[in-house]
Amino acid sequence: MLPMEKVKVIEIKKSVFAENEKDADDLRKNLKVKGVYLLNLMSSPGSGKTTTLIQTINRLKDKIRVAVMEADIDSDVDAVKIKEATGIPSIQLHTGGMCHLDAEMTRQGLDNVTLEDADLVILENVGNLVCPAEFDTGAVRNAMILSVPEGDDKPLKYPLMFSVCDLVLINKIDVMPYFDFDLERCKNNIHQRNPKAKIIPICAKTGEGVDAFVQWLLAEVNAWKNS
Amino acid sequence: MHELGVVFYIIKDVKAVAEENHVEHVSSVVMDIGEVSTVVPHLLTDCWRWAADKEEMLKGCELKINTIPAVTHCDDCKKEYETVKFGKTCPHCNSNNTWLLRGNEVEINSIIV
Repeated sequence: MLPMEKVKVIEIKKSVFAENEKDADDLRKNLKVKGVYLLNLMSSPGSGKTTTLIQTINRLKDKIRVAVMEADIDSDVDAVKIKEATGIPSIQLHTGGMCHLDAEMTRQGLDNVTLEDADLVILENVGNLVCPAEFDTGAVRNAMILSVPEGDDKPLKYPLMFSVCDLVLINKIDVMPYFDFDLERCKNNIHQRNPKAKIIPICAKTGEGVDAFVQWLLAEVNAWKNS
Repeated sequence: MHELGVVFYIIKDVKAVAEENHVEHVSSVVMDIGEVSTVVPHLLTDCWRWAADKEEMLKGCELKINTIPAVTHCDDCKKEYETVKFGKTCPHCNSNNTWLLRGNEVEINSIIV
C-alpha cells in the first residue's frame, strides 16, 4: 500500500488588505514628518475631476504650494492639461491596467514629486466608483466628486465609496434643471451612508462653490501641518 | 473589477507564509470572502488561475472560497438581519441606525500544502 500523502494546513487568517493598510499608515506618517498633505480625489469618469482641479489650483497656488499626481490606466492628457492650465508640477502615473491605486503605487508616484516644495499633493485617482474605495492610498483625506448627470441615487448604488469619503463635491449644479436630480435627496442619500461627510455643491465650469472647497483645503492643510 | 489586484496581494502573502514554513508547493489556498465585500468569486478564481500559474510554487494551486453571509446589526432594536435582502434599513423596526456585523471579509483563511 502506498503511504497516504501528507497534507498540512497552515492557518493564516489575515485580511488581504492588511499589508496595504500598513503601507498606507507608513506613508501617512512619512508625509506628516515632511508636512505634506495628500488628498485622494475619486469619482467616475467624466465627473469633471480635472476641470475642478484646474479651478481649485488657480485659486490656491498663490497661497500654498500644490502638486498633482494623475493616475490613469493609459495616456497623459490629464497631466498635460493641468500643467498647461495652472503651471504647477503635475505628474502622470500609469496603473498598468489596474483599476485603482494602492499605497505602494502612490508612494512610488510621490518619489517623482519634490515633496520639499509642496504643501498639498492632490492624487487624481482612476475614474471608478468601485475599486479605489477598497484601497487606502495613504492620503490624509478622501474626497470624491459626484456630478449631476450621474444621478442622486449613486450613494445608494456605490455605498462603500460614499462611506470612505470625508468630502463629497456635487459638480455640474448648473445643469440641475435639465436632469431629474434632487439635491436634498442626494444629500440625504449620502448622509444615510456617511453621516460625517461634508458636502459642497459646485460648478467647476463657472467656478460657483469652488471657493468653499478652497477654504476647506486651506483649513485641512493648515491643521495637518500644525497638529 | 479589482480582483486582479486582490490576487496579487494573495500571492504575495501566500508566498511569504510558504517560504517561512519551508514549503515548496502549495496545493490550495482557502479564502473567506464576505457576501458584500465587492469581490466577485468567479472573477477572483479566473484571475487567480492566470496569475498563480506564473508562479512555480503555485502552479495548479486551487483557490477555494468560503462565502461569509452578510449580517447587519440594528442599534435601535438590537436585532440582526440579512444585509443582502434588506440593505441599510432594519426590517424589524425600519431604523437606518444600522451597521455591518460581518460580510465584508477578504481574508486568507489558510493554505494547504
